[in-house]
Amino acid sequence: MKNYILLFFCVLFQYTQAQETISGKVVDKNNKPLEFALISWKDTEIGAEADAQGNFTLEFVPDAILQVSYVGFELMEISTFPNKENLIITLKSEQALDELVIKTTRKSTTRSHTSNTNTMTMNSAELLKAACCNLAESFETNPAIDVNFSDAISGSKQIKMLGLTSPYILIAEENIPTVRGASQAYGLSFVPGTWVESIQVTKGAGSVVNGFESISGQINTELIKPANDIPFYLNLFGSTDSRFEVNTHLNHKLNDKWSSTLFVHGNARVSKNDMNHDGFLDNPLGSQINVMNRWQYIDQENGLVAFLSARYMKDEKQTGEVDFDKKRDKGTTNLWGSEINTEKFDANAKIGYVFPDMPFQSIGWQNSFSYHNQKSYFGLNEYNISQRSFYSNLIFSSIISNTLHKFSTGLNFVYDNYGEDVFNYTAQNYDRTDNSVGAFFEYTYDNADNFALVLGGRVDNSNRLGLFVTPRLHLRYNPWEDAVIRASVGRGKRIANIFAENQYLFASSRQFNINYADGKAYHMDPEIAWNYGVSFSQGFHFLGKKAEIGFDFYRTDFQNQIVVDLDQSARTVDFYNLDGKSYANSFQVDLSYNLAKHLNLRAAYKYYDIKTTYKSGNLERPLQAKNRVFVNLEYQTHETDKGGSWKFDATWNWLGKQRLPYTGDNLAQNQLGQNTNPFSTINAQVTKIFSDRFEIYVGGENMTNYQQNRVILGADDPFGSNFDSTMIYAPIFGQMYYAGLRFKIK
Amino acid sequence: MKNLVLVFLALVGFAFTSNAQEKKKKNAKHDIEVLGNCDMCKKRIEKAAYAIKGVKSAEWHSEDQTLHVIIDENKTSTTVICEAVAKVGHDTGEVRATDEDYAALHTCCVYERKAE
Repeated sequence: MKNYILLFFCVLFQYTQAQETISGKVVDKNNKPLEFALISWKDTEIGAEADAQGNFTLEFVPDAILQVSYVGFELMEISTFPNKENLIITLKSEQALDELVIKTTRKSTTRSHTSNTNTMTMNSAELLKAACCNLAESFETNPAIDVNFSDAISGSKQIKMLGLTSPYILIAEENIPTVRGASQAYGLSFVPGTWVESIQVTKGAGSVVNGFESISGQINTELIKPANDIPFYLNLFGSTDSRFEVNTHLNHKLNDKWSSTLFVHGNARVSKNDMNHDGFLDNPLGSQINVMNRWQYIDQENGLVAFLSARYMKDEKQTGEVDFDKKRDKGTTNLWGSEINTEKFDANAKIGYVFPDMPFQSIGWQNSFSYHNQKSYFGLNEYNISQRSFYSNLIFSSIISNTLHKFSTGLNFVYDNYGEDVFNYTAQNYDRTDNSVGAFFEYTYDNADNFALVLGGRVDNSNRLGLFVTPRLHLRYNPWEDAVIRASVGRGKRIANIFAENQYLFASSRQFNINYADGKAYHMDPEIAWNYGVSFSQGFHFLGKKAEIGFDFYRTDFQNQIVVDLDQSARTVDFYNLDGKSYANSFQVDLSYNLAKHLNLRAAYKYYDIKTTYKSGNLERPLQAKNRVFVNLEYQTHETDKGGSWKFDATWNWLGKQRLPYTGDNLAQNQLGQNTNPFSTINAQVTKIFSDRFEIYVGGENMTNYQQNRVILGADDPFGSNFDSTMIYAPIFGQMYYAGLRFKIK
Repeated sequence: MKNLVLVFLALVGFAFTSNAQEKKKKNAKHDIEVLGNCDMCKKRIEKAAYAIKGVKSAEWHSEDQTLHVIIDENKTSTTVICEAVAKVGHDTGEVRATDEDYAALHTCCVYERKAE
């Protein structure tokens, strides 16, 4: 008996050995596995089912026809087998099922594997996740950008990229640099979020086409194009901190070539809030009216596109002590108060021409004029700045022999006329005119497979920066599927507008000291920095769901910087040329994962090492968390036939400890420690979409109700030497809840 | 300041005139039928086309099984492109790939051939 069994096993063993198999994978034309597809030999009983990844193994039958079938796909018959392993069988979808609409939800923030720069594109769906309402507040759900807490004076949020503040980021609107010079501090809050179609956030050195000023990165916003706009849009918003907003868009298409949209935005904060009972408002009272008219011309046959726009904006803010009355108390020491009033007008024209028989060749010309006028006072400090600017950029793009070798070249011209009056202990005037003319050339090689290189350079001649060269280099390599390695190097140069960029410091008793060094920018030198970066990202599937992990490291090395030193004394802020080292290292790991159908997770950890040689030695940049964690969860219910659904979104931010500037020469009760405590905040939002025309949303900010315990030093004596309202490292206002609606006519 | 504007305008004028001289035949658009399956095919087909002098732009789409090219007709022709694409294993409107070249394709690229 035993022998029989043994024999049986031997035979079986031999049989399995001798049996030839065929194995492979069934996919659709996008290489997506077709799980549980059926594979069988025609006219036989031999068949198998693919597994959840579309993989199958089947006994090989010589001279038979292999049939592969899957619901919704054409039956495929294969009779020749060049090899029998790792077959990839691509099924074609059945034509009869054409009317079946397959919707895939596009991620609201995307990072392309074929883009040559480390760019994240946020579309309008991502922008809707933020509580409110302007560009400064749009980055709350984007890990590449850190949003600081709004200070009590301006009420606007400041952003940082790679640990560096917004002056080091080139912020452009449709590739025309906009938030610069006088508008550096509040410019982002002058662009209503509903006007924005998408935002591209690029880390590291940017393209030379847009200028020489970018150091840590670029943010470009694309506004809604009249040709694609809907006839009517209305958005209303109100929040528990008594802020109200109205946005309406009216679009009209005159004919198949001309279309126009009128954008109207208004916002107001009407009631006084003092949640921490320090006698000062937590956020300013204010109002803004912002109107833009935009025209688009398209002539597809002749390859012409043109945009014309004009915009007017008036923004008023008042803050300070709760009982401050601007008519009675301005310019006195009765009560401390502040007003920031800004008026802005701009007009621009853009024209693009694509050569009809050469789609790879085009000419673009952008011209923009803007006028900006800010009048403000902070207690007894006064700050008035006006800026008249003209910007012109001409770009010619074409190829060298074929489209694997592309280039863009052109010229640009920038003119800025500033009127700047400062009263800080003494009256000072810094009126000036800057102009620069430059030529750029950018070459792109893309092997249409896995490697690309962008090499750019520009030469500029500026009345205050002299003649100089700006080189930039980007590399992309896809070593294997779903993986991308990028590297970038670039140099940036700029004039620091020290008062405009640091005007929040006027809301303190500090005296502004400029250390004269015979330079041309406030007697100091221009800022010059090199930025180097590498990044790697890999898409993969984990437990059958899509995931992506990314790592990036950037270093910004300043050759010269205008050091803003708050550590000499709590009485002064010192500005001087860098004498030593200044660098910003940033490391980020981020993970996005589709946890379940319609449920997405995005998480990031960021580490910053930012040090500068101050007069008192090498110190960490103040008010900068070394460690930050970001987690965002989004969920959307399945869309009904009418297009209705629920959307849920929550963001958790954790900030590690931050170094505080020196306060040792204040009275004991006005001294702060060395560091802040770590803390976290939660923002969440729920949107009910009734149809593609109407939706309402409610949400909360800072739902953990974390509040900075002492916001204003020397609040009891605002005209005394200890007064300082600029040490903001955490939310001032506690929990904030809001609600709004969106109505569209399509 | 005035001089800068003048220089700028002069350069603008130059940039416009310098590329006003284009001849029709230097940028001829052609659509060539090329059979294939996947992204790997796309890369292979476009690479073969780009290797030819005179091919300025080459884009292949699997949906319409068409290679869209822009060529300088003084330097090359659609026949040359068809030959090159067939050489890497893809049947084209004008030239059919040899059975050996077809058999050498990666398994995922084994497209369905049309009857001869």
